[in-house]
Amino acid sequence: MTALAAEARIAWAIARKDAVSELRGRSAASMTLFFAALVLLLFGFALGPDTRKLAEAAPGLLWLAIVFAGLLAVGRLHLLETDDGALEQLALYPIDRRAIYVGKALAGFVTMLVLGAVMLPVVGIMYGVELARAWPALSVTVVLGALGFSAVGTFYAGLTVRVRAREVMLPLLLLPVTAPLLLAAVKASAAALSGDPFGELGSWLQLLAGFDLVMLLVAGASYGFLLEE
Amino acid sequence: MRTRILGFGALATVALAAMFGLFVVPADLNQGDAQRIMYVHVASAWIAYLSFIVTALAGIGWLVRRDLRFDAVALAGAEIGVIFTALAIWGGMMWARPVWGTFWQWEDPRLTTTALLLALYIGYLLLRRLSDDPRRRATRAAVVGLVAAVDIPIVHFSVIWWRGLHQAPTFGSPDRLLHPAAPMQFVAALLLMLLAVTLAWLYLMIRRYQLARLETLLEEAARLGRLRSARASVARTAPVDITAAVDAAAPQPSRSTSSAEEPAR
Repeated sequence: MTALAAEARIAWAIARKDAVSELRGRSAASMTLFFAALVLLLFGFALGPDTRKLAEAAPGLLWLAIVFAGLLAVGRLHLLETDDGALEQLALYPIDRRAIYVGKALAGFVTMLVLGAVMLPVVGIMYGVELARAWPALSVTVVLGALGFSAVGTFYAGLTVRVRAREVMLPLLLLPVTAPLLLAAVKASAAALSGDPFGELGSWLQLLAGFDLVMLLVAGASYGFLLEE
Repeated sequence: MRTRILGFGALATVALAAMFGLFVVPADLNQGDAQRIMYVHVASAWIAYLSFIVTALAGIGWLVRRDLRFDAVALAGAEIGVIFTALAIWGGMMWARPVWGTFWQWEDPRLTTTALLLALYIGYLLLRRLSDDPRRRATRAAVVGLVAAVDIPIVHFSVIWWRGLHQAPTFGSPDRLLHPAAPMQFVAALLLMLLAVTLAWLYLMIRRYQLARLETLLEEAARLGRLRSARASVARTAPVDITAAVDAAAPQPSRSTSSAEEPAR
């Protein structure tokens, strides 16, 4: 129990450090907010100006924007550690590597949550989607989606951060793995927005939660191997 | 020598299975000759999944035992798996065009899963190519192979749901459309083809593994050669006083008490 508590404290410290450096403008993960909004704007140009068509595609576009921006965000969060060889030093501490993973994933999770929370109203306004009714289900979807994306994103960011051509390799490796997450999140959001006429919302949320759990366990167990290089 | 015999045996079996599938088994009543693609298609998909399972297991083997031979097996599995995945998709599209009317069918969970499988393992191979150090490459590849292997069932499951939660599939699965009069012949042709490609797979795996080991040996030899020449060049120069060199490199020798490498920045 105490070991677990110590691990949680370390993870919290790492996440807090990331938050502080973010607030001091060092990691620029929050810049991805503008990127996501820009992607949504460009989708509007690509599919508009028919608002009905945009509203129909809104769940998919929303999650694509979140995934693209999240890709940059998790990448940034790890890039922060390479500047002064910080990741190597972190790996030298006599602590469980899983705690480092949990800390970085927590920071990614919070970033993704902010991303989702800001992008939802943007989609509502720009694509003419009625959110008022659906917000409880949408929030659960965003929380589960953010958690899952951060779980795999943190792992792949940690993997690619020391690889040549990491800007290419991170999306190349991460995007195929997030396919089930994207699918489930889009379907859950669409069900939530349409008032769930087929009663499928619960199944998609369960799938999301299952993805989160499996990926947190597998990625958390594998992440330590990356640090020992 | 034994590998060579295996290779010729595999070649003969593949030829036999191809002849059997093409000329002995009658054409399918509904699908005509297009159905014959199924023998190769199913066999390729089987080999693809088999290869990726081997890659994942070999990755775990590397992480546990730290023996580079496991990594050679993982590489062989991933490369052969990618080729057969591409073959399976290609064969599936050739079959789907006359039977379904389209090359691509989003509602087919197997097709969509296989496409993602291809993307996952092409990424795996690219990652290997970008890592120079063999041990680091093995570790990175092992964890990526592990996460990919875990992801595949979830992908498959989610795509089945994707379709299943909407409406019943419009298209029957190929196994239900088999020739009703001669099912045994179809099954025999498929089994023969499965045996043939499995033998061919075994041969390819062994050869690729041997090649990977040779590559590793070459890499090691090159590294040793570099090391030796570096050592020789150091030995040629006059012995250097390390402490004097560090003091000379530091701007203020009086301050650099704890870390000697810091002034280098």
